[in-house]
Amino acid sequence: MRELINGAQAIVRGAIHAGCNFFAGYPITPATDILLNMIRELPKVGGIAIQAEDEIASMGFCIGAAMTGKCVMTATSGPGISLYSENIGLAIMGEVPMVIVDVQRMGPATGGATTVAQGDIQFLRWGTSGGYPVIVLSPTNILECYSLTCKAFDLAERFRVPVFLATDKETALTLATVDVEDFTSIPVRERVHSPIGSEFLPYRVTAPDEVPLFSVIGGAHIMRFTTSTHDEHGQLTKSPEKVRKLNERLAAKVEAHLDEISMVKADLQPAAERLVISYGVTTRAVEEAVCTARQRGSLVSSLTIYSLWPVPEKEIKAAFAGIHKVIVPELNLGQYRLEVERLAPDGVEVVGINRVDGELISPEEILEQGGLL
Amino acid sequence: MNAQSVKTYLDETLLPYFFCPGCGHGMITDHLNAALLKLQLDPHKVVIVTDIGCSGLADKYFTTNAFHGLHGRSVTYATGIKLANPELKVIVLMGDGGCGIGGHHLINAARRNIGVTVVVFNNFNYGMTGGQHSVTTPPKGLTSSTPLGQLEHPMDICQTVAVNGASFVARTTSFDKGLPDLLIAAIQNEGFSLLDIWELCTAYYVPNNRFSKSLLQNTLTELHFPTGIIRQSARLEYSQAYRQSVAEEAGKVPMLAHPIQPKYKAELDQRLGIVIAGAAGKKINSAATLFCRGTVLSGLWATQRNDYPVTVKSGHSVSEVILAPQEIGYTGISKPDVMLLLFKEGLSIVQSQMTAMTENDSLVINRDLLPIQTRAKITPIDFKQTGHWANKKEYWAIIALARVLHEMHIYPMEAFKEAVSARSEFAEDNLAAIEVGEKLEQN
Repeated sequence: MRELINGAQAIVRGAIHAGCNFFAGYPITPATDILLNMIRELPKVGGIAIQAEDEIASMGFCIGAAMTGKCVMTATSGPGISLYSENIGLAIMGEVPMVIVDVQRMGPATGGATTVAQGDIQFLRWGTSGGYPVIVLSPTNILECYSLTCKAFDLAERFRVPVFLATDKETALTLATVDVEDFTSIPVRERVHSPIGSEFLPYRVTAPDEVPLFSVIGGAHIMRFTTSTHDEHGQLTKSPEKVRKLNERLAAKVEAHLDEISMVKADLQPAAERLVISYGVTTRAVEEAVCTARQRGSLVSSLTIYSLWPVPEKEIKAAFAGIHKVIVPELNLGQYRLEVERLAPDGVEVVGINRVDGELISPEEILEQGGLL
Repeated sequence: MNAQSVKTYLDETLLPYFFCPGCGHGMITDHLNAALLKLQLDPHKVVIVTDIGCSGLADKYFTTNAFHGLHGRSVTYATGIKLANPELKVIVLMGDGGCGIGGHHLINAARRNIGVTVVVFNNFNYGMTGGQHSVTTPPKGLTSSTPLGQLEHPMDICQTVAVNGASFVARTTSFDKGLPDLLIAAIQNEGFSLLDIWELCTAYYVPNNRFSKSLLQNTLTELHFPTGIIRQSARLEYSQAYRQSVAEEAGKVPMLAHPIQPKYKAELDQRLGIVIAGAAGKKINSAATLFCRGTVLSGLWATQRNDYPVTVKSGHSVSEVILAPQEIGYTGISKPDVMLLLFKEGLSIVQSQMTAMTENDSLVINRDLLPIQTRAKITPIDFKQTGHWANKKEYWAIIALARVLHEMHIYPMEAFKEAVSARSEFAEDNLAAIEVGEKLEQN
């Protein structure tokens, strides 16, 4: 049995499978399909989905609902992420489990509303003040839109942090044929609540890289949430020791758990001297290019990055073995290439293939510009 | 818990308040505690949501739930909390600064009539950042950012939310002995409530303007800003209204799939790229989708990539369709095997693709768009010769696709016919259009 669906529908289906029961968003091309699907579908599973007055309110509604026990998601495009920025910081600080879908379009600013791009990749990582980490996953096709949306909810619950799904106009809105049996569901962990009857402090942790137990606003415990630097009671503090502990933990709770987050697909050929590193929609052209190159007798390795942030450094470094040249195709001016370059050993050449004209990078461009033949 | 046992909603270990001597904030906080004591609400079911500014220091004193958020956005968190759990009493404490930066949220919360109570600590300036002017600074008011006097008109917060649907609106001063009763009425209202409380900022506004309790009253009179209950109306609260409106959706199957069981056989043994170039509003995309469904019915794989401007009913509309005997990765078409050029709006968009086409490729073109420069084999369609279909331009894409199918035998025509029959409201016309396409004579 087959279906003809797009990535936006797969994301909505994944969210519902993952238990999402609250959505707020504001119309923006090319993310509106997700908003409309959520408004239509969530009430069927007892959820709530509404259009907010703007992107700032979308985030505010989601954050308030998340802390009241809902499993929340919002979706927007680059200009909307700009407006989400301050609340992304709040969600990091207050440790809000939430999923944010970025259907990338061409920027800067209003840019090209109906034009594909991958220009938000560094922005998603560094898009709020302070520089604290978030998690960013990027699907390359419709089936992964489904499975990585599930994974995004799972990681949001595990780490109490905003988890982004970085997709794009092409992946979200292009219809494709899928085999219904090929949808792979990923189990989503339940939010870990503080036991009823136990003493509860909103931000008490058991280790310097762990997350506090959750308690919903309106539940068994009195809950105190704050956007300000706080102690374990959720009260504002300027004590350098408490401030340091909090800030270091906000980074460590993500970065010390790369083994739980890193997701790549390593398609490595022994003796290959060239490696293509890609993510998102560009991977689909890479897969065709690599297939063609190998058919013609070339040795080429390929590494697809699903978890863009935090950077899966171990997996990327492992793929460098025996490699002389790394090719990084992206629909931006070389954003993720920066990460590859800083990890590449001396003597390894890192080159980008980049387009910012609204067209996809084709397999032929990768073969030719990457020198894969 | 036994609600009657609540003796105070304040954490007395944290008192006295951190507010400046004489600041109205402490008085309002005391009155709010008094109001809660009269209401005897379960602290677990009360959420104090605060904004940024001195008023945002108030939540820490309450033994209820607390949410301290970003400047001006307190109403949005409160809305999310109330929507998620309507049984909670959600009370927002914000200053006149928050009402300025978050005015949009106030207006929309009022429009929704979301069941939150907004208490405005209105002292006409930004205390926390050093006494700058706010949206409520009275005319000529001296502040650090209006050293020569305020030129802007003060915002009437109460009228702003009242005209936009708030169901309880009142104004008073922090000196009003009736304040706890107004707070009780505001909290008890099911829908959106706003209580605008005028008060003194003893750090800045009072010394800068020789302001006082009596000048507070005079300013209200001079501005003709009414006090007391300004609006009270019965209107369904939003989180209830939402739940009522979606009640019948509950239990329906989400994301109803439209599975396609392949039942026809196609001869296609390699990837085929078809570009359909037309105009917005001419059902280019929907025709392409139906064509794709026919493709899948025939056991092939299909992708459909659409290109269009942000306007829906004007400009170009182009669909790129790829058909293949196996799964399709890359969805771009640099050189189409077949192009359908139906309306002039699409021409400039597909120009480079047309240039790439060779003698082996096929251009099916609306005769009116001839002559055209291309190396592709040209098949013109004279839509003027299609009888009444000449005026039904939204069926031209179906007609042209049927023509291509008939000519190239990509997959069985029966599959296309079955696909277009899926949507019953257009099925009859779509089927008729396919028959027109099948019977079109070459040239």
